[in-house]
Amino acid sequence: MLFFKKKNKESGIESAPETISAERDKNSETDLSALEKENSSRDPRVPLLVADHLVYEYSRGTNQLVRALDDVSFTIRKGEFIGLIGHTGSGKSTLVQHLNALLSPVSGTVYFNGEDVFEKGYDRKKLRSKVGLVFQYPEHQLFEETVFADVCFGPKNIGMSRKQAELTAYETIKKVGLPDECFYQSPFDLSGGQKRRVAIAGVLAMKPELLVLDEPTAGLDPKGREEILTMIDSLRSDGDMAIVLVSHSMEDVAQYADRIMVIEKGKKLFDGTPHEVFSHIKELDEIGLAAPEMSYVMRDLKKAGIDVNTNILTVSEARDEILRALG
Amino acid sequence: MLRDITLGQYYQAESTIHRLDPRTKLIITFVYLISLFIYTNPYVFTLAAAFLILVTLLSKVPFKYILKGLKPIGFLLLFTAVMNIFFTGGEVIFSVWKIEATKEGVQRAVYMSVRLIFLVFGSNIMTLTTTPTRLTNAMESLMKPLSVIKIPVHEIAMMMSIALRFIPILVDEMDKIMKAQLARGADFESGNIIKKTKSLIPVLVPLFISAFRRANDLAMAMEARCYHGGKGRTQMKPLRYAKRDVAAFLVSVVYMMAVIMIGHYTGSVKL
Repeated sequence: MLFFKKKNKESGIESAPETISAERDKNSETDLSALEKENSSRDPRVPLLVADHLVYEYSRGTNQLVRALDDVSFTIRKGEFIGLIGHTGSGKSTLVQHLNALLSPVSGTVYFNGEDVFEKGYDRKKLRSKVGLVFQYPEHQLFEETVFADVCFGPKNIGMSRKQAELTAYETIKKVGLPDECFYQSPFDLSGGQKRRVAIAGVLAMKPELLVLDEPTAGLDPKGREEILTMIDSLRSDGDMAIVLVSHSMEDVAQYADRIMVIEKGKKLFDGTPHEVFSHIKELDEIGLAAPEMSYVMRDLKKAGIDVNTNILTVSEARDEILRALG
Repeated sequence: MLRDITLGQYYQAESTIHRLDPRTKLIITFVYLISLFIYTNPYVFTLAAAFLILVTLLSKVPFKYILKGLKPIGFLLLFTAVMNIFFTGGEVIFSVWKIEATKEGVQRAVYMSVRLIFLVFGSNIMTLTTTPTRLTNAMESLMKPLSVIKIPVHEIAMMMSIALRFIPILVDEMDKIMKAQLARGADFESGNIIKKTKSLIPVLVPLFISAFRRANDLAMAMEARCYHGGKGRTQMKPLRYAKRDVAAFLVSVVYMMAVIMIGHYTGSVKL
């Protein structure tokens, strides 16, 4: 039930239009029942970003046209933690690049805070500071001589003063859990996991309202993965920043996200809470996306005659359920 | 963003031209280039254009696609045209200050431009219909005799194929890095030339690092598979001439003869 406790924090009163100080307004919590949270269609939170019938095609005008996105629509609300799952080549990365207008759709559009971002004259540079996108292997984008300077790059670009930028950078580097000694080291001397933190901090320092992470754990060892995921999870405790976590690991997503979207061949297949989505275990199997390990364990237990609930996603849930079933 | 570069990029299709042996294509391209330079004569150029159109139609590569590959030589074209128009002696048409445009100059400019366009168009068809690997294989095979005089033919061919193979990878990488920096608020478009150049640092530094990393990885992978140069190396798909290659050679011989005949009887335009 850990799940719902976390979510309640960002609920309720957020229906007021965004204000600059919204970040600090978070202390007043209202308690919404877990039940209501389950149903995202009745979610009272303010829509932050709306993707409206997005279609995108690669290699247009040649004989190798690929439809990477096929009529994808969804809404991201403030403070939501969304897991986006799909195979390699399912269109996940293409989709997230639409969210900050790096790619323009063939048809359809994206609204951010109610404004069409593909309209002529829309300030896309500003959008990119509001929708922070962390690419796959983000450490490959580091270029400055010190960690500190690199993290300052984003804030300076979006017009923060030097002092402001440095303050934000300092704060952010702390937030992602890098030790003080790192500040004036070259980012290239750090370990893989640390480099990735620096890169994430570089985006985070722009204080985005929506943070999109494309496979942030790719290529890391289990420990590094766990650390990065915990760090990402900790980010939502201090603000109403929405997070989209792109991944092909069901485990990661099941553990942290409040809502899961499954993309397959450029189409949105499922969209709902982890429990809803993973109840489609058969369909997920068919497209080759396994549900979390634990749901298989529970299914097999049930087959073996033990009366357990099969809709279980994490190890701790499974433990509680097995203990209950065994009395 | 940078996908418009067609030079050295393969266009996937099923066609007679694609299936030709790369050596055939290389030789015929060479012959074609020579044919453009023997005579300066409108009839010969018409024939050359016809040959080009025929090959393009056979190759199934859209004209538009090849034309895009001509963009990079736009400046060169303009430059040679202007130089020719103004700096050739002869009958003056008009003059700007002390520089005079001549009739001969215009004529020469037209011929030079057409020649240049045909040249790039022709070699583009070859690179578009041949994968870089096959192309370097062909070069290696054609240059083989040179190894007698101690020229490291295999090594040169290997370097070329690696270089060619890496162009799309690095273009992709650059695209990715540019996007990543755009996502961090970078701006590559506005400002004067100094500012624009400076704005490329966040792209170039990671790009170089990644190029070195890839080179390192590749060297390691090659060593791990016991690569030690070309000695005793065999190929999975050795190049073999087929009937269609003979046909292609015949066509090009006929073309060349036609060029020489026409050129001989009509003569070159005097420039």
